[in-house]
Amino acid sequence: MSEKKHWLYREENRIKLWLIQLLILALALLPEFFMHHHPHFEDQGMSIDASWGFFTWYGFLTCAAMVAAAKILGIFLKRKDTYYDE
Amino acid sequence: MSEFAFPPGLIMILGAFLIPFVSDARRSLLVMSLPILTLALVWLLPDGSNLQIGFLDYSLDPVRSSTEGRLFATIFSIMAFAGGLYALKQARTIELTAAFVYAGAAVGVTFAGDLITLFIFWEIMALGSTLVIWAAGTHSAYRASMRYLLVHLLGGVILMSGIVAYVIETGSTQFVAMTADSTATWLILAGFLVNAGAPPLSAWIADAYPEASPSGTVFLSAFTTKTAVFALLVGFPGTEILIWIGLYMVFYGIIYALLENDMRRILAYSIVNQVGFMVTAIGIGTEMALNGAAAHAFAHIIYKALLLMSAGSVLMMTGKRKCTDLGGLFQSMPLTAFHGIVGALAISAFPFTSGFVTKSLETSAAAHEGLALVWMLLLAASAGVFLHAGIKFPWFVFFQKDSGLRPPEPPVNLRMAMWIFSFLCIAIGIYPDPLYAILPYAVDYQPYTIDHLVTQLQLLLFAGFAFFVMLKMMKRTLTISLDFDWFYRKFFKELTEEFSIHASVAQKSMERRMKNRVESIISNLYRHHGPTGILSRVLSTGSMVMWVAILLCLYLLSYYF
Repeated sequence: MSEKKHWLYREENRIKLWLIQLLILALALLPEFFMHHHPHFEDQGMSIDASWGFFTWYGFLTCAAMVAAAKILGIFLKRKDTYYDE
Repeated sequence: MSEFAFPPGLIMILGAFLIPFVSDARRSLLVMSLPILTLALVWLLPDGSNLQIGFLDYSLDPVRSSTEGRLFATIFSIMAFAGGLYALKQARTIELTAAFVYAGAAVGVTFAGDLITLFIFWEIMALGSTLVIWAAGTHSAYRASMRYLLVHLLGGVILMSGIVAYVIETGSTQFVAMTADSTATWLILAGFLVNAGAPPLSAWIADAYPEASPSGTVFLSAFTTKTAVFALLVGFPGTEILIWIGLYMVFYGIIYALLENDMRRILAYSIVNQVGFMVTAIGIGTEMALNGAAAHAFAHIIYKALLLMSAGSVLMMTGKRKCTDLGGLFQSMPLTAFHGIVGALAISAFPFTSGFVTKSLETSAAAHEGLALVWMLLLAASAGVFLHAGIKFPWFVFFQKDSGLRPPEPPVNLRMAMWIFSFLCIAIGIYPDPLYAILPYAVDYQPYTIDHLVTQLQLLLFAGFAFFVMLKMMKRTLTISLDFDWFYRKFFKELTEEFSIHASVAQKSMERRMKNRVESIISNLYRHHGPTGILSRVLSTGSMVMWVAILLCLYLLSYYF
């Protein structure tokens, strides 16, 4: 096909896409400067869930951990997709 | 109060058998009207109506209306309608018939007032769903359907043993809340859990569902696991072990989906993940948690079916199912991509989608009970849902690299079914009150607070950021991942092969020994009785006369003494 590459796939736009994503993340972080979260487990002396930006780093780090865990388990569990075929 | 009531599940089960015998035009009418009739009957049945049938020494109660049952029967009927529309023109007749028997049996379970009725519909579901997989018509679908049937027959036997023991112990067949404190109730619990996709047998979902036809997988995703959620919800609310089983399922689903390359298998693993949330909530067992499990099941059926409809459309139009072969499809299938993204946002519980207003009931219930660890894990899992299903599926199928494929949009009935479910995903998200109104318990919960909106968006967006930062680590490979099914697909297979090799060696040597024995007998006989054998030699007349004379002499001598 001779059609032009869609702009999403053009190399020069890659940096723009990253910038847009960072902008969205910054917007999501913005409310942290104005609001105060309620801790869910105050009576257990745990208030980490109300600390500044908790949901941002918790979301990022747990996901990174899950990707890493999948990668490590993959070493042992992955087989060629014809493994069960006769 | 006791008036005659027709079991709502039977409408679709009996109606399904008409499907092969009607003309094409009437078939559409039939397929579309059966779920609507079922839905009408579900809501017209007055509370407390029942139908007592004597069976051996027991009385069956096949039509017990309850709020939980009605909620699940409602979503099962809606699902049968949209699934029927999706399958209408393309699916084989046998698939459509089997799918409606399957759906009807699922509705039957939700109205079961006793364990025997429950068990009968439970097994009809197993048969119907096996036929749905088998109807795909490929060799691999046939093999997968047999493995699927074996797992479900095993689950059925466990459930039946539990029910028999329970009836003997208590003398009651009533299906009511139980406590897992005896062998009988443990067996029933285990039987339910097999169908929920709980460990160790979780693998059957990702093994069997993706082998069905595009429409078959849509049907399969809805009924079996959610009927199990219903049964756990009624039978074992507040059973603590379910919290941990559910959490295991949640993370199992995420990890395996992250490793997976087949787009529909990704979504199948994600079923285990989602049912894990519900099982955890049932284990927490408070009114809010049970409401959460029921509402989440309702919303989940819609968005998971929508995701699989989108994936099924891709499969139908491209014939490809692996992420490594797909990508860039948004250019020629923008509508399919749109519906896939709506489903992906809903499963990730993005604000203004059905997942946001239902799953949050479950996490809030954990917080209300002060279960800090459970809450933290559920929160991580919510982020993980976005990672493994919310972004991974649309990204690898519709964006990623440009695969060069330019398939057209799917046929019109598939598009209509997707529109209906996309609409429901967003409508429930924006206006959850009608759903809240039919939940088992009164709802005192406001999903749309500033705090909830902001924290959920932060969680999801940064989870998405993690996805793109670590994209290189998630490069798809042509692989599958080992699971418990390895034991029955490989280990025991090799074991039997090994056994048959040794057995055939042993048989050969036994045969050889037998043959030698027979041969030696024959040669012995030959030696004595053959042409030159001592016992069959030709003798002369003279020697005969001599021998007779000797015999007569001996006779004479013996006469004297």
